Amino acid sequence: MRALLVILSGLLVVVLGFWAYRENYATQSTMKEVRELHARIGAAHERLNMLEAEWAYLNRPDRLRDLAEMNFDRLGLLPLAPESFGRVDQITYPLPAELPILNAIEVSSDNAPASVEDPL
Amino acid sequence: MIRTPLRPLARILRARAKGENPDAIEKENKRLRHEGQQDKSRARAEGRILVLGAAFFLAFSAIAVKMGTIAQSVPIEPSAVAMGNPIIGQRSDIVDRQGRILATNLATHALYAQPEEMVDPQNAATQLAAIFPELDADRLLADFTGSRKFLWVRRQISPEQMQAVHDIGDPGLLFGPRDMRLYPNGPIAAHILGGSSYGREGVDSAEVIGVAGVERQFDAYLRDPANEGAPLQLSIDLTVQAAVEEVLAGGMMLMNAKAAAAVLMDVHTGEVISMASLPDFDPNERPAVLTTGNAADSPLFNMAVQGVYELGSTFKILAMSQALDLGLVNPQTMIDTQGPLTWGRFRIRDFHDYGPTNTATDVIVKSSNVGTARIALMIGAERQRAFLARLGFLEPTGIEMPEARAGQPLIPRQWSEISTMTISYGHGLSASPVHLAAGYAAIANGGHRVTPTLIHSDLPRPLGDEVMRADTARAAMDMLRQVVTRGTASFGEVAGYEVAGKTGTADKPRPGGGYYEDKVIATFASVFPASDPKYVLIVTLDEPVETTGPEPRRTAGWTAVPVGAEMIRRIGPLLGLRPIIETPELVSVSLTSN
Repeated sequence: MRALLVILSGLLVVVLGFWAYRENYATQSTMKEVRELHARIGAAHERLNMLEAEWAYLNRPDRLRDLAEMNFDRLGLLPLAPESFGRVDQITYPLPAELPILNAIEVSSDNAPASVEDPL
Repeated sequence: MIRTPLRPLARILRARAKGENPDAIEKENKRLRHEGQQDKSRARAEGRILVLGAAFFLAFSAIAVKMGTIAQSVPIEPSAVAMGNPIIGQRSDIVDRQGRILATNLATHALYAQPEEMVDPQNAATQLAAIFPELDADRLLADFTGSRKFLWVRRQISPEQMQAVHDIGDPGLLFGPRDMRLYPNGPIAAHILGGSSYGREGVDSAEVIGVAGVERQFDAYLRDPANEGAPLQLSIDLTVQAAVEEVLAGGMMLMNAKAAAAVLMDVHTGEVISMASLPDFDPNERPAVLTTGNAADSPLFNMAVQGVYELGSTFKILAMSQALDLGLVNPQTMIDTQGPLTWGRFRIRDFHDYGPTNTATDVIVKSSNVGTARIALMIGAERQRAFLARLGFLEPTGIEMPEARAGQPLIPRQWSEISTMTISYGHGLSASPVHLAAGYAAIANGGHRVTPTLIHSDLPRPLGDEVMRADTARAAMDMLRQVVTRGTASFGEVAGYEVAGKTGTADKPRPGGGYYEDKVIATFASVFPASDPKYVLIVTLDEPVETTGPEPRRTAGWTAVPVGAEMIRRIGPLLGLRPIIETPELVSVSLTSN
């Protein structure tokens, strides 16, 4: 009985040792992966930051104003002014769609009963 | 092992034969056996103690070795513990109220040299001088061949320059990563942002620290890694700020002014939507602080926050609203405006003679110094002082900039009756345009004090202390509206925006005492739209002169007011204010032919 216990506990130690060994390597590989991911996130973040800075730089009000002036012929952009606002009644009411023409020529006697006496 | 029997027959028989007690033999043997057993178990126990001692010794030595290595080695953060985001360690961005970037970081490199590693210092020096025109080849060569082991060549270089330096191919020229603070909008909002520079510098990194403006005020917040890169959101609106600066620069040029400032504030929250001071600078290349001469002449000087000026007649509405609030006058009360008003050795006179009496409304509309001084006498020094203190005119504004502490208002040492009279029309008390904006905001929002702030918040702010009754504020607003419709600020009328406001033209004090004849500070303090006030705009021009007429005009009505009106025309739509449509005039029909 005692020998069995010794053998079992010995086996348990071996199994636990093997498990710890595997966990250790799994942790290390996961940590390496995390480091790589962090590096990639960092690079992406840096790139994003650069793009945002560039976006802000390209959209700076001075530049947009100069571009609007340079392309005035094509775009006709002006600074927003109170005159740019209008009243609703300044907009024309949308015209109703025209009714379809079903019969091109309509004569008042079209549906009249045929007369015996020809008027002509 | 052969066990010794306790009673060996041979010895017992022999003992019996001799007549001895055989039990003694048994006892003797028992004793010997016990002794043997004792020796054995002692040896075993000693062995166990030895093993145990060795195990303890090993365990403790292992701990000691580990402790030693921990104590000796450079500390590293436990990487397995996921704590926050390890990447965003940069200084936070600064954004405007719409989230547009005002300040951000850019990864660049710094160039340094280790002359000991250099192969060809002569070539390196000449080529570096060719890449960076501001470097001197002879000086570089002297540094490279001297006794120095390390020197910074350039703090920041662009990727193209970095490649060019790479191409020199000298192993003694090295690069260190740097975070560069970038202000993509250039000089827009320069005074608010301030600027930044490098603090402690190492080869691998450098500290970016704010040197002025919000960069300095919120330095700790911006650098705090716990924010994980959350930006600092200001109350400034970038497009409005750009429009204000454009109009102000144009106005400053047309009015031949030396400097100009504008403050646009939300009357309910005290959030500063735009604050400009000209001349300005580019925070990407912040100029050096003036060491000689007047600091106010430097472009770094923020006129809106740091500059304290006698703001002239814009103060009259403060005296008037207090008199209304105390019930001393009502808008129709007749006030004696016969000038000049002599008080001791002082004589108070008006720009023109406005007749013997005027209604209180007309005192404001025509801007009568004499009338306002008489109203101030009714109020008295104590009450005036207390009222101005409640509006925040006696202490620096709480705006979040280190420069705000410099904007300490200048108040008379002794608040005499003559001080009371002069302060009522804006002389004898100097305050910054931001102070004035806060004062007007209190009138515009129905009588609650506002604290100017640069930080945007979506949460509702608590209402400030009541400084005047709502009906008083309403009456004062009506007076201000009439100043624009029929008074000194008639150029301030902007169709659709119901501008209300007050002009102020104050002579500039001479450094030695007294006042200049031909140098003024012209101010236009305006509120719009008058029927439901939302914003207050202060425009201040330093030494403006308008020269289109036969003689130069310096009054605010001719200088600051047109600039302010153009500004409101431009920023009103940007602020999302719908113009109030007046009833259109009837189209007149004229007969052109029969």
